Amino acid sequence: MTSVELDFDTVGHAVATPAEEQPYAELGLQADEYQRIRQILGRRPTQSELAMYSIMWSEHCSYKSSKVHLKQFVEKKPASDRMLAGIGENAGVIAITDQIAVTFKVESHNHPSYVEPYQGAATGVGGIVRDILAMGARPVAVMDPLRFGAADHPDTARVLPGVVAGVGGYGNCLGLPNIGGEVVFDPSYQGNPLVNALCVGVLPADRLQRKEADGPGNIVVLMGAKTGRDGIGGVSVLASATFDEGSEQRRPSVQVGDPFTEKLLIESCLELYNSDLIVGVQDLGGAGLTCALTETSASAGTGMDIQLEKVPLREPSMTPHEVLASESQERMLLIVEPAKLNAVLGIAQLWGVLATPIGVVTAPDAGESAGRLRITWHGETVVDVPPGSLVDDGPVYARPLKEPNDLPLLQADRAETLPKPTTGDDLRATVLRMVASPNLCDKSWVTEQYDRYVLGNTVLAQPEDAGLIRLDENSGLGIAISLDGNSRYARLDPYAGAQLALAEAYRNVAVTGADPVAVTNCLNFGSPEDPAVMWQFAEAVRGLADGCLELGIPVTGGNVSFYNQTGAAAIHPTPIVGVLGVHQDVTQRVPMGFSQAGDLVYVLGETRNELSGSEWAWVEHEHLGGTPPQVDLAGERRLGDAIAQAAERGLIRTAHDLSDGGLAQALAESCLRKGFGATIELPAEWSAGSQPFVFLFSESTGRALVAVPPGHEMAFTALCEERQIPLTRLGTVADEGAELTVSGQFALPLDELREAWSATLPKLFGSTIASNVVQED
Amino acid sequence: MARVVVDVMLKPEILDPQGQAVANALPRLGVSDVASVRIGRRVEIDFSGEADLDRAKEIADKLLANPVIEDYTVRVEQ
Repeated sequence: MTSVELDFDTVGHAVATPAEEQPYAELGLQADEYQRIRQILGRRPTQSELAMYSIMWSEHCSYKSSKVHLKQFVEKKPASDRMLAGIGENAGVIAITDQIAVTFKVESHNHPSYVEPYQGAATGVGGIVRDILAMGARPVAVMDPLRFGAADHPDTARVLPGVVAGVGGYGNCLGLPNIGGEVVFDPSYQGNPLVNALCVGVLPADRLQRKEADGPGNIVVLMGAKTGRDGIGGVSVLASATFDEGSEQRRPSVQVGDPFTEKLLIESCLELYNSDLIVGVQDLGGAGLTCALTETSASAGTGMDIQLEKVPLREPSMTPHEVLASESQERMLLIVEPAKLNAVLGIAQLWGVLATPIGVVTAPDAGESAGRLRITWHGETVVDVPPGSLVDDGPVYARPLKEPNDLPLLQADRAETLPKPTTGDDLRATVLRMVASPNLCDKSWVTEQYDRYVLGNTVLAQPEDAGLIRLDENSGLGIAISLDGNSRYARLDPYAGAQLALAEAYRNVAVTGADPVAVTNCLNFGSPEDPAVMWQFAEAVRGLADGCLELGIPVTGGNVSFYNQTGAAAIHPTPIVGVLGVHQDVTQRVPMGFSQAGDLVYVLGETRNELSGSEWAWVEHEHLGGTPPQVDLAGERRLGDAIAQAAERGLIRTAHDLSDGGLAQALAESCLRKGFGATIELPAEWSAGSQPFVFLFSESTGRALVAVPPGHEMAFTALCEERQIPLTRLGTVADEGAELTVSGQFALPLDELREAWSATLPKLFGSTIASNVVQED
Repeated sequence: MARVVVDVMLKPEILDPQGQAVANALPRLGVSDVASVRIGRRVEIDFSGEADLDRAKEIADKLLANPVIEDYTVRVEQ
């Protein structure tokens, strides 16, 4: 390094200047981690290498704090002959029939969505869609569980509209229906909203793609958008260490998505898969090229020679470490046999997508078991590393766990002791206030902004219990998916909270008549360096793994998001659980809304005095304490089985799961869905004092509200008794436009109920376009 | 008339899909000497009294631009 002064760091320069100080701490690496890197390389890392290690060994990519716990999902995995690909792949793949498979996964994009709500949410959708695409599937639907701070907080008014528009903007442009999700408000998410995104895709079982970069001599091709300075905030300290002037232009920037490029990328990838033109494929998401290059080569045990300057750049002034760290959207990495390269480039050109050979796969050096990843920049070597050291040899921490100090006190402060309404008038007013509360109110302000029916296969979408799409027009084969999570329950008991999320998602899928077969999850928690948060995480994972084992459905993949906190205050632990179920014939699905006067209304399952952690305790008393409702997974299984059987035999017309807000909320939603009233008689043991209130608002699990056509009650009762499911006859569905009446308590005209239920979000976030009439003066 | 013009552009490092779409369309019209296109927006603010640049800046910062991903300039139109 004598001739010219290079403006980037090379391997040769690193060897020559072993003592040069490096900003590893600013990049989030610990001193011992930095020493490990020096040990692995036998020298100091170059800037590019340091950037790569800091990204790949970060919590986000290495799962260094969660790994020791997540292995329970594999150890406790129930036997399933449906699983074609599981944890460790881009997404889990489930066989639906011998020919058809589906792949689904949920991921978080929380922090970017706080900084720039629209683009953060949009690129969250784009990222999960590429994960699904990388498995060989055509993406067919998306869902999004969202969490915001208090509904009336000014910052929620900034974040929510942007996030909703971003989810809708990207998904709608891609032509993917948004079939469900959640919108939940809680002050613990103030300053740290949660934006999780799920995508589901369908593939012929024999089109499953691999990420391995097999076959030395094969070409490494980068396809899709140009690379710019998107989302390289983390490694910008390297830039500012080198360049002082102009660093204003180089500060952390958010990623901007382009759904139209993504659409072209989807179509070109599918054509490549169908023509059997590629050996391996990997999407570029977090950690960009760094992650894609190291994971594809490490998983195959091969190496690569990459000429980084061949990467098409949006900004020519980018340095090698910026190119490697960039999180520019809409890019995929392909491994292609040399003989097929021209065909691959031809298909990319046909779709108008850039595709550029950037290097070759190499064999391990003589005497070595795995290859090396060597990256040059205009002829100078800037990276020379064993790729496995970035992917598999990252640090693993068994972090200290400690039950939160306040938990015993919190659990002792039960909501069952709070003052409750005792008269019919009080109860009526409570029902109206509860249906209008932000978490229970009508969400169409949000869901109206999403296309729910594009592609023409949506059978059920929000506000139904689960999203249901048809896969095969001839047989009616379909899948149902629901995503659920209740962070208040998880705060009170993370083990039970994770199981309750699982139980609710399972129940939501089951009440449509589907057979639940697989689980995905997104675990949103605070800082893993806080032993109390880590304890919550460990308990939630243990609960979810045990729960899946008991229900007999495997976890196929998921995502962990740590550091969700504002200052020292962590969010409530928020495990979001997704369950996927199979419908042999979607025409047999069970919707939630009452649709025929005279149908007999039953509640299945046992109601207990369980109000701790409930929506009522929070809305009416701002109370969070006690222990969450009892978990009964065996009961959930029996309930799901009974509904599936009853649906198949035509014994039920509608079914709706009971969860937040209890029976009162389920009745209100079932009445409002299609505008039919209901006349309800309280059971004798629930008719005195505050008992009617408890019966209506308890959040006991394992329950569902069903409507049975007259004449089927004997058969239906027998079916439930056979499975030991407690069954309570409540009354009948009333005429269209009639009232919701609870005998001896109150009568609510549906108009009044609907007004209360649907006014909340428009009042908070502005009227929707349809009702926005400009006043001329 | 006291007119202030606010020009809002995406920051240089931010992807501009709209500009890119235009740049990609130009060769189809036979224009081959354009290297890149960036699209922003121009906002004209007419003050009833004196042109007030500080006030215009405040308006731009709070309402017209998204300072996370956009830059803006204000100038008095002669």
